[in-house]
Amino acid sequence: MPRKLPPKDVVIIGLGWTGSILGYELAKAGLDVVAIERGPWRDTATDFPPAYIQDELRYAVRLDLFLRPDQETLTFRNNVGEPALPIRSFVSFLPGNGVGGAGVHWNGQTWRFLPTDFRVRSQLEERYGKDALPADMTIQDWPVSYDELEPYYDRFEKLCGTSGKAGNIRGKKHAGGNPFEGWRSAEYPTPPLKQAYGPALFAEAARKTGHSPFPQPASNLSEAYVNPLGLKLGQCTYCGFCERFGCGNYSKASPQTCVLPALLRFPNFTAQTESEVTRINLDSTGKRATGVSYVDVSGEEWEQPASIVLVCAYALFNVRMLLLSGIGMPYDAQTGQGVVGRNYAYQTTSSVGVILKDKVLNPFIATGAHGMIIDDYNGDNFDHHGLGFVGGGYMGMGQPNSRPIQTRPVPAGTPKWGAQWKKATAETFNRAMSLSTHGSCYSYRDCFLDLDPTYKDRLGRPLMRMTFDFHDNELKMSAYLTDRLADIARALDPVEIATSPRKGPYTLNAYQTTHNTGGTVMGADPATSVLNRYCQSWDVHNVFVPGGASVFPQNHGYNPTDTVGALAYWTADAIKDRYLKNPGPLA
Amino acid sequence: MARSISPALRISRRSLLASTAAIFLTSATSVRSLTISQGMPWGPDAARPPVPVRPGPWMFFTADEASMIEAAVDRLIPPDDRGPGGKEAGCAVFIDRQLAGPYGRGDGLYMKPPFMPGAATQGYQLPDAPAARYRAGLKALAGYVNSAFPGKSFRELSPQDQDKVLAGLDAGTVALDGTNAAEFFALLLQNTQEGFFADPVYGGNRNMAGWRLIGFPGARYDYRDWVERHNEPYPLPPVGIMGRSDWTIRE
Amino acid sequence: MRLAFSALVGLAALTDAAIAQDLQSFDAIERGRYLAVLADCAPCHTAPGGQPFAGGLVLQTPFGNLATPNITPDRETGIGNWTDDEFVAALHDGRGRAGTRLYPAMPYPAYTKMTRDDVLDLRAYLATVTPVRNQVIANQLPFPLNIRLAMLFWNWLNFAPGGYEPNPQKSAEWNRGAYIVEGAAHCGTCHTPKTVLGGDKNDAPFSGATLQGWFAPSITANPRSGIGNWSKDDLVQYLKTGANDWTLAFGPMAEAVSHSTSKMIDGDIAAIAAYLKDSGAALATAEPAALAPDDKAMRAGAAIYKDSCAACHRDSGDGEANLFPRLSGSALVQSGDPTTLLRVVLQGSRAVSTSSRPTAPAMPAFDWRLDDAQVAAVLTYIRNNWGNAAPPISVGPVASERASLAMSP
Repeated sequence: MPRKLPPKDVVIIGLGWTGSILGYELAKAGLDVVAIERGPWRDTATDFPPAYIQDELRYAVRLDLFLRPDQETLTFRNNVGEPALPIRSFVSFLPGNGVGGAGVHWNGQTWRFLPTDFRVRSQLEERYGKDALPADMTIQDWPVSYDELEPYYDRFEKLCGTSGKAGNIRGKKHAGGNPFEGWRSAEYPTPPLKQAYGPALFAEAARKTGHSPFPQPASNLSEAYVNPLGLKLGQCTYCGFCERFGCGNYSKASPQTCVLPALLRFPNFTAQTESEVTRINLDSTGKRATGVSYVDVSGEEWEQPASIVLVCAYALFNVRMLLLSGIGMPYDAQTGQGVVGRNYAYQTTSSVGVILKDKVLNPFIATGAHGMIIDDYNGDNFDHHGLGFVGGGYMGMGQPNSRPIQTRPVPAGTPKWGAQWKKATAETFNRAMSLSTHGSCYSYRDCFLDLDPTYKDRLGRPLMRMTFDFHDNELKMSAYLTDRLADIARALDPVEIATSPRKGPYTLNAYQTTHNTGGTVMGADPATSVLNRYCQSWDVHNVFVPGGASVFPQNHGYNPTDTVGALAYWTADAIKDRYLKNPGPLA
Repeated sequence: MARSISPALRISRRSLLASTAAIFLTSATSVRSLTISQGMPWGPDAARPPVPVRPGPWMFFTADEASMIEAAVDRLIPPDDRGPGGKEAGCAVFIDRQLAGPYGRGDGLYMKPPFMPGAATQGYQLPDAPAARYRAGLKALAGYVNSAFPGKSFRELSPQDQDKVLAGLDAGTVALDGTNAAEFFALLLQNTQEGFFADPVYGGNRNMAGWRLIGFPGARYDYRDWVERHNEPYPLPPVGIMGRSDWTIRE
Repeated sequence: MRLAFSALVGLAALTDAAIAQDLQSFDAIERGRYLAVLADCAPCHTAPGGQPFAGGLVLQTPFGNLATPNITPDRETGIGNWTDDEFVAALHDGRGRAGTRLYPAMPYPAYTKMTRDDVLDLRAYLATVTPVRNQVIANQLPFPLNIRLAMLFWNWLNFAPGGYEPNPQKSAEWNRGAYIVEGAAHCGTCHTPKTVLGGDKNDAPFSGATLQGWFAPSITANPRSGIGNWSKDDLVQYLKTGANDWTLAFGPMAEAVSHSTSKMIDGDIAAIAAYLKDSGAALATAEPAALAPDDKAMRAGAAIYKDSCAACHRDSGDGEANLFPRLSGSALVQSGDPTTLLRVVLQGSRAVSTSSRPTAPAMPAFDWRLDDAQVAAVLTYIRNNWGNAAPPISVGPVASERASLAMSP
């Protein structure tokens, strides 16, 4: 029989980026807040000190900081025609765990979506005609516009201290920044990162071929910074142990460096760690949440009553939480009815390997979001007539790391082992770089999430099932982007280039990104969304999913975190300014 | 899974002055989670560094298995004038210690049944953790060598013959009894290369041989002064988590 | 002195009825609350996880353990039954109830400087805190130190009661600072070196002392060994926010900042700074010669520093303001007693969190990574590089600090 705890105003499921931001905003507003996190407390000097965090085997290969599949995993199939099998070991995407979530070990790449992304269906139909979009493509306009979200993007970037160069400040273009970006109200909080040799060479080649390279927006900071909460971050030292690792010297934006020390000063905020929320509880009408149930490390069950429930558990697990709790109608791919689990999407990446001659690149001098990028082929920034696809992505030379267990480029045809392998590996390491494209992934009727009929987690609850494959649109887009990137690569005068456009079927066996989106889509119409424009559940008005990437109707050609952070602040304001004054549906 | 007491819990018992964070082990009877309020947990001396591998007897491999592995890693990464091969670099020791620990056991993996063969895109679906795979694979390999080269063990073959066997495993042309040869070879190759390039604390990459081969500076954490020094070789020697020889005063 | 004391008692008896506690004197209570901040009563008189001021915190003195008494107004286990004079006698004379003598872990040698009015205001505030029933056995010292009568001798040697005497040649601000530093804030309890018996060495005030396993550095105006290089504003920032361009408060000072100095009014912090920047002669000490860079220990230390320390403290040793302490020109780095340096390198340390600077960055532990010779080498290096100059550290002190930390509970 679960024991019932004293009620709180707000219970937050998960203490990553969105949980920390909402926790801070609502505790500051005077509410009594508890955040329940199933992973452990994580602290810079204890868990990622620059004394042993620089350990590729432990953190990048054995994935020490990540979620273990035996705590939670999913089943996977490419399409409904095959049985889904468990993901027994995470490879293609790596969900985080612990306080700080993936905010601890992200790369820091901080991108806004384009203004046209927020009205993507209208934009594409207007420009290319209604028939241009495949019938089974289920993209939809967002229920918020870029203009509405701009101040929130700004707020999240100021929280992080993001380093970059603005290309468009209130409509005025600025050289050196991204000429395609949506208007910004201000310059970035800190100047752009200095660039190592590889990105500098790429930028030169990009300019030579008529493109507009700019430094990648980075939440690995170019200089020390104090954020609006009074937290101090240090200067990034280009250690090359960024994604998959916590930052040892306080120079990567994370909940630890940007929010938690200020959040934990509020007497009305509590974090409950190593406790797993099992479900959101509803009253007898099914229209109001009464709180959550959770189990602690010893298996004991507890009930935490609360007036507001915030689902901040990472995109995939947000979806599963709603499915397990019976909030919203689950999506049925056969009938096309229902919404929870609908419009799951991913990211379409590809690469161009380049080997140069007589160059000393020092690729280990790197940080997560360092690099020179072009946005010429993203979104609808270019004319798609006659190309046979829609969507796009950014591309360029990002140099986040070059660690030898996982990154050992060799010329094509080199044997995988033996004396020739050894020679080629020794001679190529310092002369090779990997250019990449980071493309959109639109939503389709047959790409979705639901509960698995066979496999269960350690608590006996059904795992979530992922049904996903790349569609022709994305593969054509990837081929096109990869070719454009190869054109620029040739201007580097390489000894060798090797193009690897994304090919189907989608496979779990190689890392791509951890940009899983959709499943609890935000929208203007409850028939095609789970949440309204304030990220509030249409069905249970005191449940919000404040901005995890599960709210994205489709994924665009950028990393999700900046948009996730902006929507977290957007939702916080909606709760403070509207919901608290008048609890009920906000739209 | 056994967990040691969080260092955060130690501080509230040792501090001489009142702790600034209230950390409760809520209820002695059942709840073993941390309730954190009004401050962040922290304790002195709370590091969780890797435990350095010490030279010594094999912890996982039998003597016969070890001799096969040592011979194999020296073909996968042969010694030459560029530097040591896999054996001298400690790759076999690395693999031995890894298999004896949580990696070998497959800790953290989802191991619930039913196990069913799947599409290639669905990832590894067998219940065998790496340790079991090596036991089975090495046994099958010994059996194969014994039948293809009567009276000889893998270690006793000429380097050319060893290479032929390994290439056959890789290509799948050499069949192993009860084990997928190509998958086993891929695992062995992956672990060998891990051992060659991982921090020396894990028993491989001895004297940072792997890092010296390619010019990787190791566990360094500050390249600020070098970011914009384009096309200049980085001059400092590699360093591991447990340091380098220059850290020790030489008389 | 004895005569004066009994006269004082007599006087108090006459006026006791007249100065009965005014429970509605909000001014006095508020002044008392602030004095409790200046005197930093709560952290010592509150056990971890215990009720405020209810005592029970065990202090590990060089002589053995003492537990702090309950100073809530509980009538049986606290000080609810005490008269005003008894309370004053505790702070001014080191006398407990019924004439028992207090051990100077209760810093009455400093509190004696407080005016009687201030002490009574403090009493008025303590009378308003929640009474808590908590019986504390304060005296846990080993025989024969647990015989309080011994304090008679100690007091005769080491204790001069009497209020603060203003210095007419200094400003009002300076005098206020002196009153606080020498009195309520009892800075000398940690920062003034002690004799073998634990009394203050009055000829070297504030020039550094080791207490409870930490070396509290010199806060004199000496530019190399003290805070002579700090501006008045540096000192104000440090006390108010826990950090300045030089360093951050950590160890026992973190607690002093978070509970006491960061809550002082700006005028008082400025006064403390004014006093410390101008207190007593900076003890003239011979300038040590820095070790040459090619010294073997310096070379090993330089390699360790580059690989382990520079990513935070920088090649230049300048650190980062409010994040990583500056090592170049640091008095603590060059201090004669390396206890704090050893402790920080071996076990790590965390800086204080205040509302204006909440981050509380922490230095990680290195005891698992560096052996005794390596710790000695890197400390020798930072003590003698960037213009720093101080005696090298040898292996012996490192080994014994490691051993003593291993034995701490």
